[in-house]
Amino acid sequence: MATRTKARAAADTDVVAGLAHGRSHERNVASVVFLGALWFSLFFGIVVLVVLIATTAIEGSARFDTDLVTNYDSTLFPDSAGVRAALVGTLWLMVTTALLAVPVGIAAAVYLEEFADNRRWYNRLIEVNLQNLAAVPSVIYGMLAVAIAALFGSDTTNIVLVGAVALGLLILPVIIISTRESVRAVPREIREGSLALGATPIQTTWRQVLPSAIPGISTGTILALSRAIGEAAPLLLLGVGTILFTPNGILSGFTAMPVQVYTWTADAQEEYQIAAAAAIIVLMAMVLALNGLAIYIRNRFQRRW
Amino acid sequence: MSSLTGTSSLSSDLRPRRRLHERLVLGLLQLSALLSVLITVGIVIALLRPALDFFREVSVFEFLTGTSWRPNLSPVSYGVLPIVAGTFMTTAVALLLAVPLGLGAAMYLSEYASDRTRRRLKPVLELLAGVPSVVYGFFALQFITPTVLQGWLGVNVGFTNALAAGIALGVMIIPTVASLSEDAMSAVPQSLRQGSLAMGANRMQTTLRVVVPAAISGISAAVVLGLSRAVGETMIVALASGGRPNLTADPREGMQTMTGYIAQTAGGENIVGSVSYNTLFAVGLLLFAITLVINIVSIALVRRLREEY
Repeated sequence: MATRTKARAAADTDVVAGLAHGRSHERNVASVVFLGALWFSLFFGIVVLVVLIATTAIEGSARFDTDLVTNYDSTLFPDSAGVRAALVGTLWLMVTTALLAVPVGIAAAVYLEEFADNRRWYNRLIEVNLQNLAAVPSVIYGMLAVAIAALFGSDTTNIVLVGAVALGLLILPVIIISTRESVRAVPREIREGSLALGATPIQTTWRQVLPSAIPGISTGTILALSRAIGEAAPLLLLGVGTILFTPNGILSGFTAMPVQVYTWTADAQEEYQIAAAAAIIVLMAMVLALNGLAIYIRNRFQRRW
Repeated sequence: MSSLTGTSSLSSDLRPRRRLHERLVLGLLQLSALLSVLITVGIVIALLRPALDFFREVSVFEFLTGTSWRPNLSPVSYGVLPIVAGTFMTTAVALLLAVPLGLGAAMYLSEYASDRTRRRLKPVLELLAGVPSVVYGFFALQFITPTVLQGWLGVNVGFTNALAAGIALGVMIIPTVASLSEDAMSAVPQSLRQGSLAMGANRMQTTLRVVVPAAISGISAAVVLGLSRAVGETMIVALASGGRPNLTADPREGMQTMTGYIAQTAGGENIVGSVSYNTLFAVGLLLFAITLVINIVSIALVRRLREEY
């Protein structure tokens, strides 16, 4: 269905392009200026991205040394302060967040897409609620995580588990929405074939629909995780600050890359600004690697029916 | 008799088999979906409880209409308007930048770009939304203010100012505006474009007078969603917009925003249950309420879009 519409749209575009290629009206000043403005709009963002990475890399280049990743933060030696605690903390945080949010997100998406009767009011409520949650400010999730920790009687909130709860809740709506899209893209014929062979709806979902949707689900999940590791705001609410050790479990204290960048950027000392720039390059490398992986999976494995 | 029971047992076999553990699985799936509602309820409770404690000390009226925000200085004063104004100032700058650029990019991708160009450029543009916001904060402090504003444009701004923060915010929400608007414009039926072109309009006229008006509800939803992102964004304004509440209409000055206040205060030591701690949640509740209203408007606009075609 989707492919048919797409094919028709492509054919239509050709027709339109053909008509437009008459170009008799495309040569006046206004439309050339207009096209120029559109080009400018498109490339503005891309140029900013390049400038951002380039200027930050130049500023931080003095600190591209092994100290940066092997040392802890230091108030005595700002020249050799490193992101070791933050880097390991971010990895801990990312894995724990994924373990918490991905199964629940996929389960919720599968229910909403495959089993929920969306004529029922409560399912429609879930629907609207999800769209709203996806746009709730991230800092609010930090407040929610503090309250959840208090519910379990814990006053210490700057531990990996609470951080992962905050980030997991933050990306849950994103995972649900992207998973639903990939599940929806699986053609109905596959489900009908499986049901016709006697499989139950649950078996059909588990053995046919989910495996077919894996590339799309992975893409959406990886993008959500890349968003999670760049978030500092909810972690600030949890009191995550500077620590001088690496976490050894989910109940261990931690710090994360974006928090480290924030702390250094907010410090007036020039050495810390340089360290922040270098740390940003490390963080951006992680984020870009995750985004690249997601795009690779999308292009390489995603089936189009 | 036996043949009848035979038939009936056969037909019962053909019904989808429901097994106990499958019901369990279905229940778990349902529970996961319900969790999203629990999150919303949780957010409301988490914010409301400390906020109510706060409003026992400070009247709602004083909070919402006061023009002096001095929660940590004596004499204390809890008028939230200065930081609300800061939020609206940075957001306004962001929208002034992101709406024209986002729409321009969307128009190009939807109406001019070939399929291949679109497939290549869209992920790059979307990377802008993937850059951690703390990085934009650093960029605003280290590049936008000293190089672009003070250097190239010669604007007289301080180290922290609403203008630089707003520009960084605007860059961040360009993909949000562009992506949703592009979806809306792509959903406009080809027949409308063909009709316009057949009447002798060129592509610019077709885009501006036919496609954009037809996609207007989707485009508004995109702008409103961008607005919501800008209002709720924290790290950029915490770093680049300054920490001083400042009720002014001049974007060249530094001004604290709601999220900026939350981030800057949360970083310090706050005793749970103290007034300064509760103040955080009162501001959080107001922020949540504002974004909730914006989001509901956006969702309603998207729904109108879906009903049209």
